[in-house]
Amino acid sequence: MNFDTSEEQELLQDTVRQFAERECPPQRVRELFDGEAPHDPALWKGLCELGVAGLVVPEAHGGAGLEQIELALVAEMLGYCGVPGPFLGHALACLALVHGGSPAQQRAWLPRLASGEALGSVALAEPGGRWLPAEWQLEERGGLRGSKRFVPAAESADLLVVGTAGGGLGLVPKDAAGVSIRPYPGVDRARRVADVHFEGAACEPLPGGVAAAARVRDAGLVLLAADAFGAASRLVDMAVAYAKTREQFGVTIGHFQALKHQLANMAVEIEPARGLFWYAAHAQDHVPADAERYAALAKAHITERAMQVARDVVEAHGGIGFTWECDVQIWFKRVMFDRAWLGGPPLHRERAAALAGW
Amino acid sequence: MDLSYGPEYEAFRGEVRRFLEANWPPTGGEAELPKPERVRRFRERAVAAGYLLRWIPRAYGGSEQPADALKATVIREEFSRVRAPQEPRGIGMMMLVPTLLEKGAEWQKQQFVPPTARDEIHWCQGYSEPGSGSDLASLKTRAELVGDEWIINGQKIWTTNALEADYMFCLCRTEPDAPKHAGISYLLVPMKQPGIEVRPLRQMNGGADFNEVFFTDARTKKDWIVGRRGEGWLVSRATLKHERQGIGNAEVASLTFAGLVHLARTSTRDGRPAIQDPVIRQRLAAIEGMVRSHEYSGYRQLSRAAHGKDPGPVALMNKLVSTNIGCEVAKLALDLLGDDGLLDPTAQADSGDLPGPNRSWLSQYMYSLGVAIAGGSANIQRNVIGERALGLPRDHYADRSSGR
Repeated sequence: MNFDTSEEQELLQDTVRQFAERECPPQRVRELFDGEAPHDPALWKGLCELGVAGLVVPEAHGGAGLEQIELALVAEMLGYCGVPGPFLGHALACLALVHGGSPAQQRAWLPRLASGEALGSVALAEPGGRWLPAEWQLEERGGLRGSKRFVPAAESADLLVVGTAGGGLGLVPKDAAGVSIRPYPGVDRARRVADVHFEGAACEPLPGGVAAAARVRDAGLVLLAADAFGAASRLVDMAVAYAKTREQFGVTIGHFQALKHQLANMAVEIEPARGLFWYAAHAQDHVPADAERYAALAKAHITERAMQVARDVVEAHGGIGFTWECDVQIWFKRVMFDRAWLGGPPLHRERAAALAGW
Repeated sequence: MDLSYGPEYEAFRGEVRRFLEANWPPTGGEAELPKPERVRRFRERAVAAGYLLRWIPRAYGGSEQPADALKATVIREEFSRVRAPQEPRGIGMMMLVPTLLEKGAEWQKQQFVPPTARDEIHWCQGYSEPGSGSDLASLKTRAELVGDEWIINGQKIWTTNALEADYMFCLCRTEPDAPKHAGISYLLVPMKQPGIEVRPLRQMNGGADFNEVFFTDARTKKDWIVGRRGEGWLVSRATLKHERQGIGNAEVASLTFAGLVHLARTSTRDGRPAIQDPVIRQRLAAIEGMVRSHEYSGYRQLSRAAHGKDPGPVALMNKLVSTNIGCEVAKLALDLLGDDGLLDPTAQADSGDLPGPNRSWLSQYMYSLGVAIAGGSANIQRNVIGERALGLPRDHYADRSSGR
């Protein structure tokens, strides 16, 4: 038994973290968060040079041929460092093609997605909170007509993987006729979202789309859990660091037991959940019987706990924590995104209950 | 990342299974022996085969095997599967034997370790006092050396197993003029003597797991001291990392959760199984998130221990995590019990209409609080996590002195 990260996996995490600390320190995170540009191509290009864009793309198509666990470990680091950008949608688009694409579709897109030459994203949610494949109503026959919501990095993406009625997936190049994109202010300015409206846009179905859609859903849940785990760990570190420097009554406030116990509770909420997102990720490739249920459990548990930690961290900072100027809000909103995208904890708890046969 | 044990350990599992098939349950004439004798003989063979007492040297009755957390887990799994006797439990095995092995005199190891490991003598722990709980080092029970005996006066409390124990390992103040932590000695004291009186404490859930122990000129021999005079605090802190300190907590949490799911299936709400109630389903799934986190966190810690790596700060959180799970489980169970929550869990089984399983859930509702307090209360755990895992400054102690 070795339920632990390998040296290669630790190296991958260290590499991403060092890159992020160098190229995207908190000050740069804030510039991007506050800025108008939806996407920093140079930052994404740097991540692509580390291999982040093609982690799960098979080596035959120019990727690293790795698994969901590596993807989740990278998501944790991006969450920890607060790195803005299109990682989530791109990773899910790659997975959709890897698991559901025809050989021709894979040849056409995977090498470009793996290198970062093309950017992918996924269009899943429909109005009314219809996130899950079984709920999609967008018909692909005769051209797509309708809307998808909360599409990450839609404006920058070259390829959209679109969820369609019947729970399948199809490909729509973004410059296709009949596609219009309306960005709007999302809560997490580090990961911009847009509505995508289709007026008879041509859509090329993935032959294995139904299975791939389930895979994309579960992979997405795991990546959001991992991102929230990283973000919450960072928030705890921020609160601890603040408690060690802020002075009141002549001592650093970390001396006060009320705060010390709050900080301990935050750590206890988050740190043990590391194994949960690891296992949920591991199950995607190795334990099919647990894959769907553990993805739901991990997403529900970790994003909810991370959200509570984020609230507590604001409080632990006192008044400064409530300001736009304080970095806490950036990670707070990252967790809000992780919690809500693909549906919130109640949805996935109910799914976990049903999947257990309760 | 691999949750299987791999060929080497599966081969070892086969070996353990063959041993168990041959030895438990006993057959032939041995099956007719009284249970303690059956258990004694089985354990003897399991030690000879290297499956029990792996962490105790052969010289003191153990099987002295290299520490291997995975082998220990395989052994525990296989022994549990056929309900074979495992190592004796109890505070003597948990605390005293590791302490003696690290800090005891040679004669003490020879005299006390083998019979404790054979489950022939039993111990209780004399640490807490009425005025010294979280602030244990403020303890006041005095021991004075008179001739070749220590004369002990004072009181201990929360002493588990004090009525049954043959001996107590006891922290006493022997150097009243020394600073707080430097005035304590670690004594071994026979319990069956006129100077010791044990009074059971009745708990809120009706049980009586703990006692008060009163010392009035109780005696023990001069050399029944572990370490030197005034070193008792350090001796009591000697914690050994043994393979048996595994992931037992997570197993308990998983089993308790399975019981909770069963309770939800068998309880009714509005004429339907409670497990079909949307609110109950949400709460169960929320608790399961905690349980599975703890479980896989446990596998991670086990894996790291097995490969000689530090499990990291999460190891300091295990007790609080399992406490939190126990309390959440207890609260949902009480809701599932409905009107049965009005009944007295301490009443005898045949005196009311409360069925046995519900009685134990009702008792568990209270007992989960005992777990939150025993062995370092949840707030003390939070101090430990804050100071040692997060590196926050130490608490201010009004009586801060040297040591500790």
